[in-house]
Amino acid sequence: MRRAYFKFSWIVAALLTPQLLIIFIFFYWPSAQALYWAFTLEQPWGGGNTWVGFENFQKVLSDPYYWGSVRVSVIYALATTVLAMGMALTLAVFVDRQLAGYKAYRVAIIWPYAVAGPAVGLAFQFVFNPGAGIFSYINTIAPGWWDLSMNPWQAITAIVIAGAWKQVAYSFIFFLAALQSIPRSLTEAAAMDGARPLRRMIDLQLPLLTPTFFFLLVINITDSFTDSFGIVDTLTGGGPFRSTDLMVYKIYTDGFRSLDYSGAAAQSIILMLLVIALTFFQFRYVERRVHYT
Amino acid sequence: MIERTPVLNIATHAILIFGLVIILVPIWLAFVAATQTLQAVNSAPVEFWPSDQLWVNLKEAWALSDFGPKFVNTLIVSVSVVVGKITLACITAFALVFFEFRGRMLIFWLIFITLMLPLEVRIVPTYAVAANALSPFQSILNATGLTWLINAVSGIEIALEWNLLNSYTGLILPLVATATGTFLYRQFFLTIPDELVEAARMDGAGPLRFLWDVLIPLSKTNIAALATIMFVYAWNQYLWPLLVITDREQFGMVVVQLSDLVPDQQTTGSGTPTWHLAMAATLVVMLPPIAIVIFMQRWFVRGLINTDK
Repeated sequence: MRRAYFKFSWIVAALLTPQLLIIFIFFYWPSAQALYWAFTLEQPWGGGNTWVGFENFQKVLSDPYYWGSVRVSVIYALATTVLAMGMALTLAVFVDRQLAGYKAYRVAIIWPYAVAGPAVGLAFQFVFNPGAGIFSYINTIAPGWWDLSMNPWQAITAIVIAGAWKQVAYSFIFFLAALQSIPRSLTEAAAMDGARPLRRMIDLQLPLLTPTFFFLLVINITDSFTDSFGIVDTLTGGGPFRSTDLMVYKIYTDGFRSLDYSGAAAQSIILMLLVIALTFFQFRYVERRVHYT
Repeated sequence: MIERTPVLNIATHAILIFGLVIILVPIWLAFVAATQTLQAVNSAPVEFWPSDQLWVNLKEAWALSDFGPKFVNTLIVSVSVVVGKITLACITAFALVFFEFRGRMLIFWLIFITLMLPLEVRIVPTYAVAANALSPFQSILNATGLTWLINAVSGIEIALEWNLLNSYTGLILPLVATATGTFLYRQFFLTIPDELVEAARMDGAGPLRFLWDVLIPLSKTNIAALATIMFVYAWNQYLWPLLVITDREQFGMVVVQLSDLVPDQQTTGSGTPTWHLAMAATLVVMLPPIAIVIFMQRWFVRGLINTDK
């Protein structure tokens, strides 16, 4: 830790106040508010609050639509994470070989990170569209078989592919950075021992990537739970038959379309707990346990 | 290292090119669609090669979505978020690293925790706060009985109100209210050697002069990294502007305009879906952040890795 400090003065308060004020108003207060609403029943536009205990949670948890939303969220989170990380890892390992043109490959893989969720959703809606996109081929062979707006599983597949497409870049950047931080002497020692590039990938690089791998695993899962709204909203709109009604999307529709603040707040609390648990898990087990340096 | 691996090299290129095709195909198809006419884009065998209608479609999509003022709005919001976040991150980290005072760790943790819950998770209550940003203080005054006391003593009824809906402030502030950059700055400040602080103090520099003349010039790469990430983050916001801005004529952002272009029952009814316009608009909206990421690649990658989001 630091030995040299400036003397404490009013300056410290002046420097810290803006940030503390802003996180109080826009972070702590809303979070507390969500807690309050989750345990009370509120009329949407003013009116009384009555304490109802766990009633809101009971209502949410006994709602089959809610469990449908949880189920599809878990499927979405796991499937996008596996797809995106698998692809990112493969690409990173091969880009890291630094053959001719590797910088061009790198740029070409990184840029999708900058594409907004709704833009991804809209582009993929075109790609998967049974009438106009690339999938119109399928419909010339088997008319009516492929239709996102009718078939739940096809809709889920579509959002998973769109979500994974968007997430590849993020994992790729981290994998590549981790690969490039492997000491050159290690690679050279392995080569001297006669390990060919493929052997080195499996026995040297992959084990050394373990910390990055677990870090990305948690980050990707958390992201798929929280950052899916844009893709769902423009690609499927939560349908067909609520089959792609992911948790954040359901909070939005329940809260702002049906004006059920208490129900939405209870769902928010459950999602918050889930995200906190994942973060905690990451700090407690992943960051502490896996270290090779 | 000299190694001859001709077969593996070919395989490497093959795998990478295959990956690139997967990444590029959706956007390529969107681009091709944006260059076609309404009839061509809806005819069954999908085209893989661009036609000549790109400029026409871009112009029509631009006019249809009223992109001119929307770009100005988005730029205002993105730049403000970048500036606000960097300023806040810098001064907060400075206070936390270069001063010693009681409660420092408590404040550190209070800020740290905000990294855990993204805006999307607490969207409903944050929206309620945006409707009246002073409601937290009003509630505290009410709960502590101060409102009643002041009313009884002076006859003044306290009703604090500051509506952020349909305003730039409402778009910007909640996006600034996390600790993303604070930790990037903290890590950087922790690497500043003690000797530098001591030298500055010996030369009679106060903390603010030290911050302005020594730390900020040293943290230029930090600023570039953070600015790139924050710009992309702010530009791509969708859910928050969708809620806070109902007066889209005046305050709409470009990404939100895309929601009007989804060719479904609501927008085109039973008419022919206007894919060519939707895709043209998608391209226009995507372009600025992509350009930033490509041109600022070095800082972008560094910022992303150091902030861990």
